[in-house]
Amino acid sequence: MAKPRLATIWLDGCSGCHMSFLDLDERLFDVFARAELVYGPLVDAKEFPEDVDVTLVEGAVSTEDDLRRVREVRAKTKILVSLGDCAVTANVPGMRNPLGPKAILETAYASGVTGASAAPSEWVPALLERVQPVHAVVPVDVYLPGCPPSADVIAEAIDQLLAGQLPDTAHLASFG
Amino acid sequence: MPEPDDAPARARHHEPVLPEGPVRATANVCHAAGCLSLGSDLVFDRLCERVEASGTDDVGVRRVGCLGLCAQGPLVKVPEHDRLYAKVPAEPDELDQLVEQFRSGTGGLVVSEDPFFARQVKVVLRHCGSVDPEEVEDYVAKGGYAALRRAVTEMTPEEVVAEVTESGLRGRGGAGYPTGLKWATVAKSGEGGHKYVVCNADEGDPGAFMDRSVLESCPQQVLEGMAIAAYAVGANEGYVYVRAEYPLTVRRLNSAIRQAERAGLLGTAIADTSFSFHLEVRIGAGAFVCGEETALLASIEGRRGTPRPRPPYPAAAGLFGEPTLINNVETFASISAIIERGGRWYAAIGANKSRGTKVFALAGAVERTGLIEVPMGLSLRQIVFEIGGGVPGGHRCKAVQTGGPSGGCIPEELLDMPVDYESLVSAGSIMGSGGMIVMDETTCMVDVARYFMDFCREESCSRCVPCRAGTVQMHRLLDRICSGLATRADLERLERLAAMVQRASLCGLGQGAPSTVFSTLRYFKDEYLAHIDHRTCPAGVCEMAPFEMAGSGR
Amino acid sequence: MSVVTLVIDGHDVAGQSGQSILSVAREHGIAIPTLCHLDGLSEVGACRLCMVEVRGARRPLAACVTEVQEHMEVTTTTDELTDYRRQIIELLFTERNHVCAVCIANRHCELQDLAKALGMTHFDLPALNPSAGVDASHERFGIDHNRCVLCTRCVRVCAEIEGAHTWDVRGRASEARVITDLGTPWGESPTCTSCGKCVQVCPTGALFEKGRAVAEGKERRPYVPFLVARNRRS
Ligand SMILES: Cc1cc2nc3c(=O)[nH]c(=O)nc-3n(C[C@H](O)[C@H](O)[C@H](O)COP(=O)(O)O)c2cc1C
Ligand code: SF4
Ligand code: SF4
Ligand code: SF4
Ligand code: FES
Repeated sequence: MAKPRLATIWLDGCSGCHMSFLDLDERLFDVFARAELVYGPLVDAKEFPEDVDVTLVEGAVSTEDDLRRVREVRAKTKILVSLGDCAVTANVPGMRNPLGPKAILETAYASGVTGASAAPSEWVPALLERVQPVHAVVPVDVYLPGCPPSADVIAEAIDQLLAGQLPDTAHLASFG
Repeated sequence: MPEPDDAPARARHHEPVLPEGPVRATANVCHAAGCLSLGSDLVFDRLCERVEASGTDDVGVRRVGCLGLCAQGPLVKVPEHDRLYAKVPAEPDELDQLVEQFRSGTGGLVVSEDPFFARQVKVVLRHCGSVDPEEVEDYVAKGGYAALRRAVTEMTPEEVVAEVTESGLRGRGGAGYPTGLKWATVAKSGEGGHKYVVCNADEGDPGAFMDRSVLESCPQQVLEGMAIAAYAVGANEGYVYVRAEYPLTVRRLNSAIRQAERAGLLGTAIADTSFSFHLEVRIGAGAFVCGEETALLASIEGRRGTPRPRPPYPAAAGLFGEPTLINNVETFASISAIIERGGRWYAAIGANKSRGTKVFALAGAVERTGLIEVPMGLSLRQIVFEIGGGVPGGHRCKAVQTGGPSGGCIPEELLDMPVDYESLVSAGSIMGSGGMIVMDETTCMVDVARYFMDFCREESCSRCVPCRAGTVQMHRLLDRICSGLATRADLERLERLAAMVQRASLCGLGQGAPSTVFSTLRYFKDEYLAHIDHRTCPAGVCEMAPFEMAGSGR
Repeated sequence: MSVVTLVIDGHDVAGQSGQSILSVAREHGIAIPTLCHLDGLSEVGACRLCMVEVRGARRPLAACVTEVQEHMEVTTTTDELTDYRRQIIELLFTERNHVCAVCIANRHCELQDLAKALGMTHFDLPALNPSAGVDASHERFGIDHNRCVLCTRCVRVCAEIEGAHTWDVRGRASEARVITDLGTPWGESPTCTSCGKCVQVCPTGALFEKGRAVAEGKERRPYVPFLVARNRRS
């Protein structure tokens, strides 16, 4: 039997959830003995592959690019995991929601510390009107809140996922 | 008797024309809020001028309270000829012709033959449209305050309570709690300390104007009921709590209280007995929630008007912690008739466990809108079609909404149901305070649910979480459905949330907020599904929003 | 005061007449979630988390404001009650802006703890993201309305224990805010004694002491029993 195909993606988040994943340390050997990592910031694949068994999504959906990617990932993944508070609640990226994208761009660029006179209009994806948690735009199967979720929590969840179970995360993780 | 503070207002207006000799016709010009807003005060002044100018001495002109057919005002009634004149103009020439019709008993409609009036039974409104709301003498001349005199001079407080109990009267403020039982509880409460009687005239339901009409048409009748109640429960102080949006009501109440005091019918030594009852008006800022009794009492005390958990009920610990009787305007307005004619007489009117009559503000898609009073047990169909004259424009009646924001929509197929407390509840609505809105097929029921949820959301006092935050989220879900953006999962979520808000909220506002959702889902679920599955509004009311990129807004 | 016997979750328990279901349950080690309740302050029955089923009652009753009665049969946990409590927590999280990761109360927050205890992993309802405002005009303290759950503990502790009555609630519906001195900025409040009791009793990160960083607003629980003891004596 082929090994389960595991992927991770990084939307609007600080990469802390990926760091926490790396904090699995020696347990990573165990994970990669049981699963094949087919996509993510940690591997070199450019295209998101077909037929992925489990994808861990870090980050909120903030831009048109995030939206396009998470939809593609959802279509190609059996079990989608919202990893961390940004994916689960929009968290820190969502703090711009009370202000709206226009005001945020003006604050950050036009009057901000970057020295730029205006927000970039090329090469960067457009901001969505509202930052959304992942499950607001595509169905999510497992939620792992935490900022970030601890390595132990991630290890426990992955262990069950690779064993073919949906982990009950209710008493595993908490916000913040 | 002009009052100092309303003298300037009065001075601008003509004095009533009251001929000394025999009279052929008296033009009773409605001076309740509805007709006033249509200019009935001008009609009154001009009519007085025309009558005086014409030199006739057998036509009178006076001000009266609500004549019922509010949407067709300004209204003038000529009781001598049993005629009612609608949409009376203020043009002098036309008025001259009308005066001739008044004298000859022609034109207008014949009140006793008109179906709008024929089906009605007037207990609460029996003086509305015949007494001058600003003259206590007029009320007394028509038999007013006889019940209070009788109660304080010939009856013991226990006998008064017994009479009210026998009448089967239930609270008209919404919940229908037996009035006699409430009075008996307050009578027994406390150990000889202070007690209060409070009249709930907050009337916050959107579109409701029953209590306002009663108070503007015959304030003395309500004061009399309160005084009788005070005697029965052993209270000597009371308050009428009115919303500031009713300035005319406030003015008439204040003037009525002072007139009654001067006539020895309120205040100290009422009807020359040792019984005294002092009344004051308290003005609320118009929050719907201040109609809830514990919020209302907090507001009178000068605190923030938010409900508190009950028990203790006001009957045990109410205003300033003392036992307090709180009843609705219409409840108090029913009392004098019960004392005059007996509880048994009152109990003979009505049906099932709902005795007596109920006042409704009939509105919406119906030919004749206005203020009506019907015996309990009349069917909704009789009210809508016989009294209301059916649905205009060849439209079909789709539903009748009763009970305001805490009520529900009763579908056409159930219109033969009798109007009583229990039947309305079993159909998923409530009696409420008397709002009745007729809806035809151009009304979208999801939109109706959204409208009432919007109202509850804005009126939530913010104290408890289910109501404060739950109504906001329910409104958003309803909004999504109306815009064609919702899924079946949203509908399930709405139902789950509604159940929680209904069961977990602290007071009746939150508990009642989901009821329009439940009743429209019960009878009109297909309309919800049409919005969700087919992105169409069967009534053609809702506009479907384009799908947004990110499903934003959720 | 007479003794009342009743059944809570199948256990025979005894309390004093006049005591609340919540207080009797806690004395017997039966946990009921609460948020607006704080020992020593008056009860407002506002958060509704402490709802319990009482046999014969038409709807769940708030345990903090319902007095025990002889032969009462109380159930503190049912699937339905758990669902209601989770929905209430969800409503609170989505009502304002709870970003635990950057909150001074992170890991010392009663709302966060409740979410964990009730097994909340996410929220289906949309975040409303209002701009609720911050008042940082006070020299030592601040209030971030984005994290206020309107439990009114601050209002009550200030009026009932400190006796200053600086705090109150203004507005209705989603516009409601706790305010100081009829809306005067806190720093200009003539009645605030700067005692800090409100900050101590706030269950969330809404009221905070300045100069503390994320997750540092914690050394406050030991203060609370002192309030209670003091109020019981008086
Ligand atoms: C949100 C809410 C609003 C209410 N508004 C009114 C009102 O405007 N007028 C009224 O008489 N009763 C109102 N009530 C009912 C009162 O709480 C109370 O039951 C009533 O005044 C008792 O009088 P009754 O027994 O004569 O009906 C309201 C209740 C709730 C929960
Ligand atoms: S149900 Fe609504 S109006 Fe009633 S106490 Fe709760 S928040 Fe206030
Ligand atoms: S107040 Fe509590 S729930 Fe809100 S952000 Fe802070 S830690 Fe999280
Ligand atoms: S500031 Fe804190 S204590 Fe005061 S109402 Fe808000 S959450 Fe409660
Ligand atoms: S603790 Fe009882 S309602 Fe909040």
